[in-house]
Amino acid sequence: MSHNSRGTGQATRVAPPREAARVYPPKPTDVYLFGTCVIDLFFPDAGMDSIRLLEREGIKVHFPQAQSCCGQPAYTSGYTEEARAVARAQLQLFAADWPLVVPSGSCAGMFRHHYHELFKDEPAALQQVEALAARTYELAEFLLHVCRIQLSDTGAPVKVALHTSCSARRELGTHVHGRALLAQLGAVERVDHAYESECCGFGGAFSVRLPDISGLMVLDKTTALKDSGASEVVSADCGCLMNINGALEKQGESLRGEHLASFLLRRSGGK
Amino acid sequence: MPNFAALTEAPIEFKRNARAALADGQLRRNFRGAMDFLMVKRAAQFADDEECEQLRAFGNRVRARALSRLPALLEQLEARLTRNGVQVHWAESVDEANTIVHSIVAAHEAKNLIKGKSMVSEEMEMNHFLGERGVDCLESDMGEFIVQLRAEKPSHIIMPAIHLNVGQVAALFHDKLEVDYTEDVDLLIQIGRETLRRKFFEADIGVSGVNFAVAETGTLVLVENEGNGRMSTTVPPVHIAVTGIEKVVEKLRDVVPLLSLLTRSATGQPITTYVNMISGPRQADELDGPREVHLVLLDNGRTQAFADSELRQTLNCIRCGACMNHCPVYTRIGGHAYGTVYPGPIGKIMTPHMLGLEKTRELPSASSLCGACGEVCPVKIPIPSLLRRLREEAARRADAAPHHVRGQGANHSTKEGLVWKAWVKMNTSPTLYRLLTYAGTRARGLTPANIGPWTEHHAAPKLAPRTLHERVREHLGEA
Repeated sequence: MSHNSRGTGQATRVAPPREAARVYPPKPTDVYLFGTCVIDLFFPDAGMDSIRLLEREGIKVHFPQAQSCCGQPAYTSGYTEEARAVARAQLQLFAADWPLVVPSGSCAGMFRHHYHELFKDEPAALQQVEALAARTYELAEFLLHVCRIQLSDTGAPVKVALHTSCSARRELGTHVHGRALLAQLGAVERVDHAYESECCGFGGAFSVRLPDISGLMVLDKTTALKDSGASEVVSADCGCLMNINGALEKQGESLRGEHLASFLLRRSGGK
Repeated sequence: MPNFAALTEAPIEFKRNARAALADGQLRRNFRGAMDFLMVKRAAQFADDEECEQLRAFGNRVRARALSRLPALLEQLEARLTRNGVQVHWAESVDEANTIVHSIVAAHEAKNLIKGKSMVSEEMEMNHFLGERGVDCLESDMGEFIVQLRAEKPSHIIMPAIHLNVGQVAALFHDKLEVDYTEDVDLLIQIGRETLRRKFFEADIGVSGVNFAVAETGTLVLVENEGNGRMSTTVPPVHIAVTGIEKVVEKLRDVVPLLSLLTRSATGQPITTYVNMISGPRQADELDGPREVHLVLLDNGRTQAFADSELRQTLNCIRCGACMNHCPVYTRIGGHAYGTVYPGPIGKIMTPHMLGLEKTRELPSASSLCGACGEVCPVKIPIPSLLRRLREEAARRADAAPHHVRGQGANHSTKEGLVWKAWVKMNTSPTLYRLLTYAGTRARGLTPANIGPWTEHHAAPKLAPRTLHERVREHLGEA
């Protein structure tokens, strides 16, 4: 692990995950996958690669076709009623007692933490929410702690920067899980980048409501990623990737971020 | 100069202010450098994550306990202070608070006030109010002194002149104080102090803020690093303290964890150079201290926040400024762009109660909800959740009941409402979702290159050729 970029921007240390240490069940035979709307429409490869990784671990993946969006865009915009309606439609889809795996930190965070707020006045739904939240896992966390995955690296030596979304970092501790998974890959050197824990500027509607501020944030983020010495960028959040990759493309850069699932699968000979 | 809320009736033009601030490279470098410094200092004080978490949880409980008994504690505070010889005044609005201060000033025929640092006095625009009535107010905190010389507002609640670098202060002192130009920081501070020193003895009244008001003992706790707070509250014959009603704590021992959280979070100090505990005017057998002490307790919208159990958490704030130090938005635009006395994350959740959502309509949305503020808040205010809540209050219909926040519905838009209704339709009907995403992905070639604000900084996003839903159907079969 490299610490050569320490100095500026490393002031915010890795904070502990918000929740108390989670007790992990043994590896299940079946899981649900919640694909997320951004992956569905913009990054389906990340979803397919998540499925392939899980299947390679001997797990049967169920993908209810009626799923759409977790409700987060309306929720963060203050359209709570609308968010609740969409969340309610998802709640019905995962009836069996299998883990729900979500290859996105912010959507996993919705199920884990924010559905409670949406359904706080509905005791019956709240019970359902709590049961679902208890078996919801962000993909990296699930691979690491539930699958207890052992990855063997088949790729050439490479330096990689890991970007973790703010909600994944602060609500789920995904940066710790992502780092542990990358550390299993022998020829992968994870490099730090400046202001690593700082937001990339996406924030859903924030990026279109306040494009000046958001634009400067993503410019700083892409600059830090380029300056890190990494030749590849990975993240477990496609919202951030849409932001970072869109900015890199606009800047005429060839660098692109890739979803962690795709990177892990590719490096461990699965693709 | 950004438009400042209290001076105008129009909504704060946050976006416009921010755009201007972003164009100022020097300002951005000043803030980035200063905020990096403060984050490192704070982190060094909380080297043990476990201790930090426990202390924050403790701080949160102390504040929550005080707020749960706020009316009773305020009455107790008044009774104790009165017993100690302090005159207590209640002000519902900024105008009332200023009128009270002015009446004290008038009773003493005072012409010169010297002030220790007080954000509530900024909230009141006290200098402006008294200045119009021929009373001269001089700021004695070095940062406040500097911004006053520049006829500016503080850009940070703890470090008012943090937006300036040494060269700018050197030029200011050379220009306004007519001293030789120097960029020697120690010398500049010396120059400032010498100018102020004389003023402490000339002042008729000293004004200060309050960090904690202890109900149990009737003690006003005031922390500072320059000694100007102590001078302002002890040298002039009259001391007027101004504070918000939420600053009350139940017991003297409650100050211990809060003080530790405050100084470590604010400036990365284990404790400030001065901790003043003021419990009354000069007693008969004492040689110094003011002969008269007043406390003005200001509401200014705080009871609105208090009335709602979620929004009440806003009042936990102990004014450390850590949320702004860690905010990626504040770091880039600085404090002035907010157009409010309290900038940064805490300002965005507090100012709507003071000024109403009409005036502050752009503020709750000016956040990516990254959570850095909530993570460092020493009293665990869930700032991102409260920002989201205020977005909801601003988006609701103005006439929808119940009514929690003045200016409810300030951002209500029938058009945006319809967009979200359509979004609900699409995301709750699997058939419609399949149809629309199918159509969208097949029409991906038609994606325009320019799609509003997004393409100012990004290439246009292109939908995938086929959705994940489709590819999974092929891979797993229908489910």
